[in-house]
Amino acid sequence: MQLAILAGFVAAGLAPLLHRWFGAKTPLLMAVLPAAFAVWLATLWPSLADGKSLLLEWAWVPGLDITLTFLIDGLSWLFAMLITVIGALVLVYTGEYLKGERDLPRFLVVITAFMMSMLGLVLADNLVALFVFWELTSITSYLLIGFHHTDPVARKSAQQGLFVTVGGGLALLAGFVMLAQAGDSWSLAVLTERGEQLTGHALYTPLLICVLIGAFTKSAQFPFHFWLPNAMAAPTPVSAYLHSATMVKAGVYLLARLHPALGGTEPWEMTLSLVGAVTMLTGAFLAIRNTNIKKLLAYSTVMALGTLTMLLGIGTEGALIAFVTFLLAHSLYKGALFMVAGILDHETGTKDVTAMGGLWRVMPRTALVACVASLSLAGLPPLLGFIGKELMLTSVLATDHYGGLILLLAFTGAFLTLAVAAIVALKPFFGLRRDTPNTPHESPAGMLVGPALLAVLSLLFGLAPGMLDSLVETTVSGLGVVEPGVHLTLWHGINLPLLLSVASLVLGSLVFRYWDGIRGRLALLDPLIHRGPEHGYEMLMAGMVRFAEWQTRFLQNGYVRNYLVMTLLVLLGLVGHALLVRHPLEIGFSVDAYFHEVVVAGLMIAGALASCVMRSRLAAVAAVGIMGFSIALIFVLFSAPDLAITQLLVETLTVVLLVLVLFRLPRFATLSTPKERWRDLVVAGSFGTLMTLLMLSVLNGDQLSRISDYMVSNSQPLGHGHNIVNVILVDFRALDTLGEMFVLALASIGVHAMLRFHAAEHDASHGLSGRREDHG
Amino acid sequence: MVRSGTLILNVAARLLLPLQLLFSVFLLLRGHDEPGGGFIAGLVASGAFTLYFFAYGRNALGEMLKVSPRDLVAMGLLFGMLSTLPAWWAGEPFFTAQWWTVPVLGIKASTPLIFDIGVYLAVVGSVLTAITALIDTDHVDESGD
Repeated sequence: MQLAILAGFVAAGLAPLLHRWFGAKTPLLMAVLPAAFAVWLATLWPSLADGKSLLLEWAWVPGLDITLTFLIDGLSWLFAMLITVIGALVLVYTGEYLKGERDLPRFLVVITAFMMSMLGLVLADNLVALFVFWELTSITSYLLIGFHHTDPVARKSAQQGLFVTVGGGLALLAGFVMLAQAGDSWSLAVLTERGEQLTGHALYTPLLICVLIGAFTKSAQFPFHFWLPNAMAAPTPVSAYLHSATMVKAGVYLLARLHPALGGTEPWEMTLSLVGAVTMLTGAFLAIRNTNIKKLLAYSTVMALGTLTMLLGIGTEGALIAFVTFLLAHSLYKGALFMVAGILDHETGTKDVTAMGGLWRVMPRTALVACVASLSLAGLPPLLGFIGKELMLTSVLATDHYGGLILLLAFTGAFLTLAVAAIVALKPFFGLRRDTPNTPHESPAGMLVGPALLAVLSLLFGLAPGMLDSLVETTVSGLGVVEPGVHLTLWHGINLPLLLSVASLVLGSLVFRYWDGIRGRLALLDPLIHRGPEHGYEMLMAGMVRFAEWQTRFLQNGYVRNYLVMTLLVLLGLVGHALLVRHPLEIGFSVDAYFHEVVVAGLMIAGALASCVMRSRLAAVAAVGIMGFSIALIFVLFSAPDLAITQLLVETLTVVLLVLVLFRLPRFATLSTPKERWRDLVVAGSFGTLMTLLMLSVLNGDQLSRISDYMVSNSQPLGHGHNIVNVILVDFRALDTLGEMFVLALASIGVHAMLRFHAAEHDASHGLSGRREDHG
Repeated sequence: MVRSGTLILNVAARLLLPLQLLFSVFLLLRGHDEPGGGFIAGLVASGAFTLYFFAYGRNALGEMLKVSPRDLVAMGLLFGMLSTLPAWWAGEPFFTAQWWTVPVLGIKASTPLIFDIGVYLAVVGSVLTAITALIDTDHVDESGD
C-alpha cells in the first residue's frame, strides 16, 4: 500500500507525458488510479467489518521511531473511500471542465499528488508521517487555489490559504511532539489506547491547544474560517474535491482520530462543541449574504465542518454516529453541488445565482441532479442529509454542556442551510428565464456523471439507510466506542427533532422567500464583518511586512562593519554567558615557550596592530597577510601540517582575490566617526579578551579531550586512514562537510549573481560604449 | 586591469600548471593517510589555474577549462551526494563509509574517496567562479576603451 501511494506520486509526475500521448483523454486515464485504490479498499471491507483493523508496517527512520506504517480501520477506510471514489469522479469531471486548458497537465500533476497526500494523511499511523502528508496537502492546495496564477485574486487567496493552514500546521507539529512525549509513542494506534495517560498528563492542556489550532485552521473553524470561501478562486473540480469533500475534512479527521486519546475531558468537550456551534452559525449566516453560487456553497461547507466539530465535542455514542452519517452525507451532496455549480458557471458564464433563472428547460438533467443534492443539503426526507440532520439534532438535544445555547445555534444553522439549499436549487433552474453571458446547453455526459452518481447515492442511502449500518458501526468503533449498536432509519416517529425539522423548513422557506430583502438588511452589517477575523489576518500580514522592513533596515543595512559588530556582540553575549556563568572560570598557566615561538607570536601582534593603523590599503592587506602566515607557522611548529598547508593556500588565494578587487574599491578613507571607532575598539577588545579567556579555560579544563581521543583511536580501525583530520572531514563528520560544500556552492553562486547583476546594471546605466570608469 | 604577463611568467605558468595539477591529484589521493585531502588539493589546483590566468588572461583560461567553473561546483555536489548512496544499497545507515578493493590493481577504493573528489571539485569550482566573476566585471568596465 505504501509503495502504491509512492507510485501514485510518481504517476502524478508522469501526467505531462501521458498528456502528450493521450491528449484530452488523460484525466480519464488518471482516474483509473484512484478507482483502483477504491477497488482495493473495497476488498478489505469484509475483514474490517469483522472488527479487525489492518496495520501495514513499513520502517522509515527506525532510529527515531518514525515509520510509514498505515493503519486501516473503519475511520480511515471511510475517508480513504471518499477520497478515492470522489477523486475518480472529479478527474472524469475535470476532463470536460478543463477541456482545451493549456495547463491541464500541471493541474493533473498537482491534483494527483494531492490525492496521494490525502490518502497518506488518513492512512498514516505515525504522527510524523501524518504531519508530512498534512503539509503536503496544504502545499498542493496552495498550488491548486492559485492555478490561474496570472489572476491576482487567485494568488492572494492561495497565499492566504497557505499561511492559515501552514501556520496551523506549525502549531500541530508542536502539538504532535508534546503528544508523543506525553504518550511515549509516535503511533496513533498506541496513543489511542493511552487515553487516560494522556488526559492526565501535565502537557495535556498545551498539547490540546496546539493540536486544536492545527485542526481548526485546516477545517476552517471560526475564527480561521475566512480562507475557505476565498479558496473558491480555484477551478471548480478543486472546490468540489479539496475544499468540500476531502482536504478541509482533514482537521475533522484528526479530531475524530484523536477522540479516544484526547477526548472525554471538560476542555475538549467545551472547546469543540462551542467552536463547532459558532462556526456553524457563522457559516450559515455568511452564506446567505452571498449571491455567488460557489461562495454560498463554501460558506455552507464551513457550516457543515462546524457541525462535525460540534458533534465530536458532544462525543456521546449518538453524536459519533451522527458525526459519521453527517460526514458521509455532506461529502456526497456537497461534492455533487459543487460540480453542478461548475456546470452552471461553464454553461452560463456567470456564478451569480440572481443572474440565472429557468434553466431547467435547457438542462433538465442537471436540474434534477441539483434538486436531489439540494434536498440532501436542506436535510429533507428521503435523503441521507435528513438522517444526518435528525441524528445531529437528537444528540444536541441530549447534550448537557451549554445545551440551550448550542441547540439555538444548531437550529439557526439548520434553517439557514435550508434557505441556502433552496437558493442553490431553485434560483438558477426555476423562475423566469434570464439572459446569461453564454447561451447554456445541457452539460456533457462527462460532467454530469460525477454529480449524478453522488446524488443517486445520497438518495439510495436515504431510502435504505440499513445499508450503512455496518459501515457506520465499524467507523464509530474506530472512535473508541465499544460495541455500538447502529440502526439508521429514515423514520423515527414524531419526536422533537422532527418538529424542529418542520420548524426549520418553515423558517428556511421564509428566508428564501424574502432573501432579497434580507440580503439588503444584512449589507448593513458589512462594516462589522469587514472588521472580522479576515481583517485581523490582513493586519497581521501587514504588520509582519512592516516588521521585516524594520529589522532588515536595522540588521541588514549593507555595511560590513555593522554586520561584524552585530555578529561579534551576539557571540560575546552567548559565549561570554556560557564561559562566566555555566562553568567556573579557572585560569592558571605558566608561560613556557621557546624563543622562536615568542618571535612568531610577536610577529602576529605586530601584524594586527599594523593593519589597524596603516594609511594605505595595500599595506594593511600585507599586514593581515603577515598575521596569516604567522598562524601557518604556528601550525607547523605544533605539527599540524594539514592545517598549515590549508592556511598557506588560503592566504595565497586571499591575496589573489584582494588584488583583483583592490583596484575596484574607492579611495582609502576614514569613514567612521571617532565615536564609532571607540565603539569598534571596545567590541574588538572585548571579543579578543573573550577568545583569550576561552582558550585559557580550555587549556585548564579536561572535558574537551574525550572527543579527540575517540577520533585518534578510531581513525585507523573505523576510518581506514592515518590522517585523522581527513578521516574526520570525509568520514566521521562527512555530513557536516557535505553541508559546507553546499554553503560553498551557494556562496559562489551568490558572488557570481552579485557581480553579474552589477555588470548588468553597469551596462544599463553607462551603455556598453560608455566612457571608461575612472578607478580610484 | 589584468593583462597577459611577461615572458618569464608565461613560461613558468605553462611549465608549472601540469606539475601543480599533478601535485594536487597526488595530495587528493594520499590525503586519507598523509597530509593532504580534497580541500587542500582543491586549493592547490585553484592556485594553478589562477597562475595560468594571470599569465594568459581570461579567454585562455576559459578555453583550457572547457567547462564553466559553476558546473564544477555542481559536479562536486553530485559526487558528494553519490558517495552517500552505496551505504543505502548495502542497507546501512546514511553516509556509512563503504570500502572495496579494486580486483586487479589492488587499490583500495571507498566512498570517502568519492566524497573527497566531490570536495576537490567543489573547492576548485567555487574559487574559480569567484575569480572569473571578478575578471568578467573588469571586462565590462574596460570594454568601453
